[in-house]
Amino acid sequence: MATVSLKNLVKKYGSLEVVHAINLDVADREFVALVGPSGCGKSTTLRMIAGLEAISGGHIHIGDREVNNLPPRQRNISMVFQSYALYPHMTVAENMGFSLKIAGKSQDEIASAVADAAKTLGLEELLERRPSQLSGGQRQRVAMGRAIVRHPDVFLFDEPLSNLDAKLRMQMRTEIKKLHAKVQSTVIYVTHDQVEAMTLADRIVIMRDGHIEQVGPPEEVFRRPATRFVAGFIGSPTMNLHNALVSDGRLVFSNGDTLPLPGQFRDRVTAGQKVIFGLRPDDLYPTGHGIHSGEAAEVHAVEVPVSLTEPLGNETLVFAEFAGQDWISRMLNPKTLRAGDRINLSFDLSQSHLFDAKTEQSLRG
Amino acid sequence: MRGWKPAPHVLLLLPAFVVLAAVVVVPLLLSLYSSFTPFRLTRPETIYTFIGFRNYLRLFADQEFWVAFGRTVLLLTIALNLEMVLGLFLALLVEKATRGQRLLRTIMMFPMMFSPILVGFQFKFMFNDNIGLVNNALQSLGLTDRAIPWLIDSHLAFTSILIAEIWSSTSVFAIFILAGLMAMPKEPLEAAKVDGCTPLQSFRYVTWPFIMPFAYIAMTIRSLDIARAYDIVKIMTDGGPAKRTEILWTLISRTAYSDARMGLANAMAYVAIFLSILFTILFFRQLAKARQQIGAEW
Repeated sequence: MATVSLKNLVKKYGSLEVVHAINLDVADREFVALVGPSGCGKSTTLRMIAGLEAISGGHIHIGDREVNNLPPRQRNISMVFQSYALYPHMTVAENMGFSLKIAGKSQDEIASAVADAAKTLGLEELLERRPSQLSGGQRQRVAMGRAIVRHPDVFLFDEPLSNLDAKLRMQMRTEIKKLHAKVQSTVIYVTHDQVEAMTLADRIVIMRDGHIEQVGPPEEVFRRPATRFVAGFIGSPTMNLHNALVSDGRLVFSNGDTLPLPGQFRDRVTAGQKVIFGLRPDDLYPTGHGIHSGEAAEVHAVEVPVSLTEPLGNETLVFAEFAGQDWISRMLNPKTLRAGDRINLSFDLSQSHLFDAKTEQSLRG
Repeated sequence: MRGWKPAPHVLLLLPAFVVLAAVVVVPLLLSLYSSFTPFRLTRPETIYTFIGFRNYLRLFADQEFWVAFGRTVLLLTIALNLEMVLGLFLALLVEKATRGQRLLRTIMMFPMMFSPILVGFQFKFMFNDNIGLVNNALQSLGLTDRAIPWLIDSHLAFTSILIAEIWSSTSVFAIFILAGLMAMPKEPLEAAKVDGCTPLQSFRYVTWPFIMPFAYIAMTIRSLDIARAYDIVKIMTDGGPAKRTEILWTLISRTAYSDARMGLANAMAYVAIFLSILFTILFFRQLAKARQQIGAEW
């Protein structure tokens, strides 16, 4: 068990810098998810921690050891790869016991460690099979088994669920969570799926273009996104984000429609400032359908036309036109709506976000 | 032709059968039959004399034949093993090249682009005891002051042939193994690194099992190649001097055309083919096993 700390970590390919001096401290036994769109540098960062990529600058510490120049085998880490990376010519048991065999452990030790891991992951029946005889979910479990037999300091997961179908992904997500609760070790988990990050991690690191945009617990990055990018990346369906101008205590949209300036931002903006107004679909609902109790809510209602609906059964996503743009709203206890119908849309402004249009930083204190 | 009306599928397949019969089946049966006769090219009527297994019985007692047989197997064994090792190194080196890999691959294939006859002439010249490059170089470097009889001494001549054979065909192994290396998924290697392998262990436990099937394909092809080796040996030593480098097919061709004993030669050829089939079966078994091991989907 160990902490992981990255200090001014840089990765360059030739003259192209892909990870820009990032800093991150992962506590002992913490589950941290690196999340971001493809090409944001999250996998590269993970591979640098693993030692599979050389670092171009900065420091990596695992525990109290600086591991900058250590090969992967001396870092005491385990890694689960997106493509599972099982050894095709070895049985499940051999795959799981391979690292122990290399470490020179005795047959008995290996057998008991493999049996333990197999029991934890429900692989007892499959020990003599080869990877080619397993389903995707089983292969993924073997890959995890291979990682846990060694009791490493740190587990690294590189998009481990991306190759699985949606149903299996949910199931394995639960298993990873249980596994972490059981083995209690430090985990760094890379994913592009914000739902995985939200459900699994103690803390989420949102990366973009080789920078860290925000680090925080799932609740915090959801409720208080630090930048426009985080606001748009976390949450599904995505937050409504529209440009506006602050004028006379109101937000003026491009076509001249206005909303009152939300109370919590009144002292934080100046007249004439260009901002981005953000509101989650949950906080924008046909009047009478919201999930908030209403107390302390700063609700502003506007009558607007419906342009499209997406019924999901227990709820319906309503695309309504306001200020010349489509806004996504979430309707609970759905009733049938058709394009063209006019509805009374409630904006819960107490839940809204404002970002500076230029810096894209949150204007919330 | 009324009354005989073959089904359309028979009719459509007939031309293929006729061609196949004419170019494969008939010559094959004829040669097999002639191996049971004392057929001599100089006395055509001898093809009608059936002598049963006498040619074969004679072969089994013929020391000259078995020496050639043994030499062929020896050539095959040594050449395959050396080509395998050299090809492996070559492939690993080329695979490591980050720039100019295409060019290297092309250069690597150069020896395969020359006719074996030309390779034979080239090495015959190089190993010539008077004017050859090899002796010239050895003498210039002061390593020896006498002319080494490369193509005359029986061991040296065998070695010279071996070198020519290896030079011309190591790239077969290199190409196949390189193909294996390039087709190999990189993640298991990374997993091995994380699992604690040194580079050597990674090779031993991950890379090698993966490229083994490719090596077996190369081995099958090359074993057939060497089992029917003829041209390089024909040019370099013609099996001589005094049959010191005689291999199966130089012996067979000499028996068939110089001695005109076609019946006996055909019997030898069938034994030789038996050897090839044996090696093919052997390597295909290994290939199947290796493929199954890595769970190959081809």
